[in-house]
Amino acid sequence: MKERLIFGYDPFVLPFTFGMVFIILYLLTGTVRIILALDNDERKLLLKSFMPATLFKTFKDIIADCLIHVQIFKKNILLGYMHFSIAFGWFMLILVGHIEVMIYTPQRNGVLYYPVFFRYFVMETHETLRGSFFFFLMDLSLLLVLTGIGLAIYKRFHSRILGMRRTTKLRLGDKIALYSLWAIFPLRLLAESFTANISGGSFLTISINHLLNAFVTNPDHILPVWWGYSWALGLFLFALPFSRYMHIPTEILLIVLRNAGIKSSVSRDGYAESEIYSCSRCGICIDACPMTSKKRNIKFSSVYFIRLLRRRSTESLATADKCLMCNKCVDACPVGIDSTRLKLLKRQEMHVRSRTDYEYLQSIENKIDATDSVLYYAGCMTHLTPAIYKSLFKILKSANIKYTFLDIDGSICCGRPLFMSGDKESAKELINKNRELIRSSGCKTLILSCPICYKFFKEEYKLDGIDIVHHSVYINNLLTSGNIKLHKGIGSFVFHDPCELGRGSGIYNEPRELLSAIGIVKEASQEKNLSICCGGSLGSLTLSFSEREQIAKSSLNSLLTNNPDKLITACPLCLKSFSTYNTIPTRDIAQIVSENLI
Amino acid sequence: MIDFGYSLTSSSRISLDNINQKKLKKITAVEPDFLKCMACGSCAASCSAGNFTKVNLRMVILLLNRGMEKEAIALIEGCMLCGKCTLVCPRGINTRNLIINILKIYKEV
Repeated sequence: MKERLIFGYDPFVLPFTFGMVFIILYLLTGTVRIILALDNDERKLLLKSFMPATLFKTFKDIIADCLIHVQIFKKNILLGYMHFSIAFGWFMLILVGHIEVMIYTPQRNGVLYYPVFFRYFVMETHETLRGSFFFFLMDLSLLLVLTGIGLAIYKRFHSRILGMRRTTKLRLGDKIALYSLWAIFPLRLLAESFTANISGGSFLTISINHLLNAFVTNPDHILPVWWGYSWALGLFLFALPFSRYMHIPTEILLIVLRNAGIKSSVSRDGYAESEIYSCSRCGICIDACPMTSKKRNIKFSSVYFIRLLRRRSTESLATADKCLMCNKCVDACPVGIDSTRLKLLKRQEMHVRSRTDYEYLQSIENKIDATDSVLYYAGCMTHLTPAIYKSLFKILKSANIKYTFLDIDGSICCGRPLFMSGDKESAKELINKNRELIRSSGCKTLILSCPICYKFFKEEYKLDGIDIVHHSVYINNLLTSGNIKLHKGIGSFVFHDPCELGRGSGIYNEPRELLSAIGIVKEASQEKNLSICCGGSLGSLTLSFSEREQIAKSSLNSLLTNNPDKLITACPLCLKSFSTYNTIPTRDIAQIVSENLI
Repeated sequence: MIDFGYSLTSSSRISLDNINQKKLKKITAVEPDFLKCMACGSCAASCSAGNFTKVNLRMVILLLNRGMEKEAIALIEGCMLCGKCTLVCPRGINTRNLIINILKIYKEV
């Protein structure tokens, strides 16, 4: 193998080279900007993350998420293969290309364009086994990428085959990047095939070369194809920052920052910026979002919210306000972008000053004493559905457990609805008063019926030393410890995972274990982490009654697929939202347990 | 004046001239369901904050429609935004959005 051209240069490399220089400068500036926007603590975390243990994990995550795309494989094998083949194949082309330059033309090491157009600049002097090996590897990688590109083109027209009902609408930047991306590899194949009789090749390029020779005998056709290949690359690289394909380089930074333990603290800059640019706008969150059933409200899904944030548009607030905050999109996101957090931060930023007045809280006395009993806090929602706490008390009595009802005379809200509306300061006042009441009661265990309160108590209340349990878990513990006995019947149930209990707090199994002691637990078409919000979520500020109705109905559709006798949930809000539209009885888990006590 | 041991209450006459139409329009623009309220009082009856203080959404809507803004604000600023009123409202009004916007538009801070 030796160089064919003396200077190792031809003007056709220019489009690619300019594109590459542009994108390297762009990425460097972007990285510096993001790191500058981090505060001191976050930067310290980042430094710490360069310790071997974290670095190894980061390295592993980058391989798994950016090259192999494990997360997407989990969603759909074809979709996973499409991403894997393009990313991994392309990576191999770049890597082996560099190795070839290092081995055969070491004098061109470090020349930006050389590994990319290697086969134009070299000629094969004699065939070697090593050379054939590299050629084979290159052709194989190219074939891998081409199959991926083929799938990608097919996906544009029939996304359902690849497990996606809806995909995002493309903008101009996306289109340029997309079409040039599609063009890059077929052009590369063609270009390398044209020169395969000079530079050598393997099964793919040599065969096409033979075919081409049969039709195109004029070697002047070589250069235009190489020009085309270079232009496709150049266009792609120039369009990259203005397209969704920016996630390819940015995701690496996101993984580094995430593994350092950094979380977004503002909705647009610093870590958030790395999240926003890592969004590939794949649209998986569109299908996941409960609001988008019946093709409504697609523009309010997370992908478009992030796009609005990226453009610093003021409309992003309206999208943030609409969100149910059920976290289903975050759970589904293959990149791991916490868009709910970004929406919450957006609300907090726009909610300039708190306008509430809670002076009256000070006059509430701390007179509850629960030193020798478990404390129960019903919360606002359970006060609307008193059957839940009445049933729970019946269960506690049959297990001979002494309890104290903290908010028997009406509750002070836990503060999560206010917190989610963006008013952090006002929520703090509610937290402080509730914490004071709970602390002064001297309780060791606090039982909650409402998952909204449960999540908030666990995360924001800082009640160290007090065991905070949701009633579904508490009752299940009573059952496993033998304190209550249940009558097992033949009734069948389906369990609806409330957002805040399931995705929010990771409790999926305890309620199901409990239900299986009473009857048969049937599956819903989408359950556990895929569970659809009941539509009642307090996360949304502007969702209208009819939109909520739509969500409740589509959630019921999924729940009732296997014809259960009863729908069981563990959240007073879900209970209330479902009972209006449900065709079968809706019960809280405490109710159904108390009905089946022996 | 001679003290008779009793007095007359101040006038409770409603003056529609006091209504700030601009603000009222703003409210109806962001939450059109504001006009749907039939003053049944379900919101006030179920109110968490209403257990401790005078928070009363039904009254607030009534007062705003009569141009009595100060009195209205005093009845709403204690709201904890828990959302019970949204759930019980027979007219399906998004009361939380309404409350947030009433405070935003009428309460100066």
